This record gives sequence, structure tokens and C-alpha cells, in this order.
Amino acid sequence: MNCELCRTNLDAYVDEGLSPEELGAIYEHLRTCRTCAAEALAHLQMKRETRAAANARFTPSAAFRLRVEKAIQPERKPLWKIGALPVWMHGVGVAALAFLLIAVSATVSARHAANDQAIAELLDMHVATMASANPVDVVSTDRHTVKPWFQGKLPFAFNLPELKDSAYKLLGGKVIYFNHSPGAQLLFELRKHQLSVFIVQERPGWHPFRPASAAVSEKGFSVESWTESGLRYVVISDTSPTDVHGLSELLRAAASQ
Amino acid sequence: MPHFAKLYNFACWLTQDRVAAEDLVQETYTKALKGFSSFQQGTNFRAWIYRILRNTFLTTEAGLRATVSLDSDDAVPEPTTTETPASVLFARFEQTAIQKALEELPVNYREMILLCDVEEMSYQEVAQALGIPIGTVMSRLSRARKAMRVLLMAGTEGVAR
Repeated sequence: MNCELCRTNLDAYVDEGLSPEELGAIYEHLRTCRTCAAEALAHLQMKRETRAAANARFTPSAAFRLRVEKAIQPERKPLWKIGALPVWMHGVGVAALAFLLIAVSATVSARHAANDQAIAELLDMHVATMASANPVDVVSTDRHTVKPWFQGKLPFAFNLPELKDSAYKLLGGKVIYFNHSPGAQLLFELRKHQLSVFIVQERPGWHPFRPASAAVSEKGFSVESWTESGLRYVVISDTSPTDVHGLSELLRAAASQ
Repeated sequence: MPHFAKLYNFACWLTQDRVAAEDLVQETYTKALKGFSSFQQGTNFRAWIYRILRNTFLTTEAGLRATVSLDSDDAVPEPTTTETPASVLFARFEQTAIQKALEELPVNYREMILLCDVEEMSYQEVAQALGIPIGTVMSRLSRARKAMRVLLMAGTEGVAR
């Protein structure tokens, strides 16, 4: 792929509208072309900022919601009178019921959408970290250097695993902001692959992540997510789900110590 | 009510008037309920209800004014630049600047950015919601984003002067 074709496909890239083949070709090009990689990041950034600026910019009042609910609610009739209702009113009752069913399924799909959005945001952060010349703010392979660096920067603490007998290597970490709260991003390495570990606080009533204990594939990346002591851990990498699961197991063991 | 808050937000951006947006949303739900038999189970409910709202908007006074540019991309001035300027590439914009740029966009560009970037609909869903081919969605979205960058850049220059 050349730069011209890459730029033509950038909108579809940020909108996840590319086929797997096109996605593979554009990834390959972005790995080697700094100019197009910067343009791609700018597109992603602009999309994210537009969403942040325009989403829920206007919120409906409770009174307005009630008014609409009343307006579309079918008139309640005593049961003994239902048989006397005109046929079209029966239709309205059935339509209202079906409408409610759709509403329930829409809520379920909204939860899925929240999960996709949360994962997509963390994937963007991981990709941006990979493209950055300074991917972490504390550069150290020593967990006793990296962990204390977060003191006073985060409203929570976490444990890091001992890695000297494993194939994983700690590279460092930095503070991120996710869902308007500070969190930690830790960077690990395994055979030239880099793995991001995001640690953020769980909030009551906010559950954007699907419960999953095994690594799953998201847009070619392996992702594993779990909660431990009120913290949400998300591991993301372009390496295999098995490798991501291996690091996740080490982190889980460290967290339960 | 499914998508209520999001439809209201979309209606406000389209009409740029909260009272008009409330009327639009209420009419949308009334029409959706009455015409629910026309909804094909298994198809995309979100695209269906957004299409009702958008078609209802076109019959309002504000919608009729916007109709001139809605179905013809030729009626909208093409951004003069095709390249993304470096100043825009690495800039981070204030939310108010983005909101202002979005308000200034022609309706057919604004709705495209709202559906793709804010509602995060797929091209297929946007095509269904607007009743246009996917190819038109992609080309219009590309022009809309360029126009947005031009407006943001103009705003940045205005502040600098």
C-alpha cells in the first residue's frame, strides 16, 4: 500500500469499515510510514474529541421523558372492556408490547456497545503508546521502581509480579485518563511484542466491560480483562491470546498476595 | 424508551433549538409506535428510528430550509484544502471549538459526523438511517470531516489574530 491509498482509506480505518485484508495492508503501511501513522492518529484523535464534545451535549429533562412516555402509552381499559375495543386499538397494544421488547434488547445491545467503546478507547491508547517515541513516563524493568512512581498520582495501589523467572519483561509505566479518572498503563515486553496493562478503578453502576476471564480477540489484538479488589485490569497486545493470558495470570497472582 | 437520550441529543444538534427538538422526538416516538408494524424484526432498530426522526425533521420548518443542501453535495462548498495541515494534525481542540464548528457545518455534513463519530454507527447503519447508498456515506463523510478541520483551523487562526 502507498501513502495515497492509505490516506484514502483512513476514514474507513477509524470507522472500522475496512475488510480484514485492507486492515492488514494499512497496518503494514502504518508501521513503516511515520507521516501516515501521524495522520491516522490525528483522525482517531479528532473522532474521539468530536464524540466527547457532542455526545450527551444535550440531555432531556425528566419531565419531557414523562410527557413522551404518557403520549405513547396506550390508554388503559378495564379487562371487561377489551373485547369492545376497536380492532386498531388491539394493534396499538401489541405494538406497545413489541416496542417494549425492543427496548429491552436495545438496553442489552447498549451494554455491548459500552464494552466495545471501552475496549476501543484502550486499544487506541495502546496503539498510540506503540507509535510514541516516549511510550512510558517511568522507564524501568524494576517493579520496586515502577510501583512507587505511581504513589500520589493514583487514588489506588496495585501489586506487580516478580518476573525474573518468566519470559515477560517490565518496561515501565505512565498515568492515563480513562472515563474521566486517572489510571495506570504498564508496558511489558515478550519476544519483541509489547503488552499494555491498564489498571483503572471500578465504579458502582458502571460496568462497560463484559465479564471474561480468558483472552479474546478484538480487531486482531488479544484482550483479557478482569476485576480484582475493586480494580479493573485490561491486558492488550498484538501477541497471542495465550501470551496475554500468561501475563494476566502473573498479575492476578500478584494482586492476590 | 430505547435511544431516548441519544435521539434527543441528535435532534438538538439537527434543529439547534431545544423546543423544536422536543417536538421532533415526541413525534418520532408517536410515529414509531404507530408504524411499528412496518419495522422488520431482525433488522436494525436504531437505524429505523433514526430514519423516522430524520424524515420527520425534513418536514419541519428548519428541515425544509436545510433540504436545499441535504440531498445535493454540490450545493455545499467543497473545502479548499485536501491535505490536513500540520497545525490541525497535532492540535488538540477545546470542546467548545468543536461544538462551534459542528454547529456551523451544513446539516448534511453535521448529521453525517453525528451519526458516524458520535453515535458510532457503521456505514451500513448510516446508509439505512439516511436512505442513501454506502458509497455516498463514505464520500460525504470524508468531505464533512475535511470541512470540520477547515472550520477548526479558521477558529484557531481567529484566536491567534
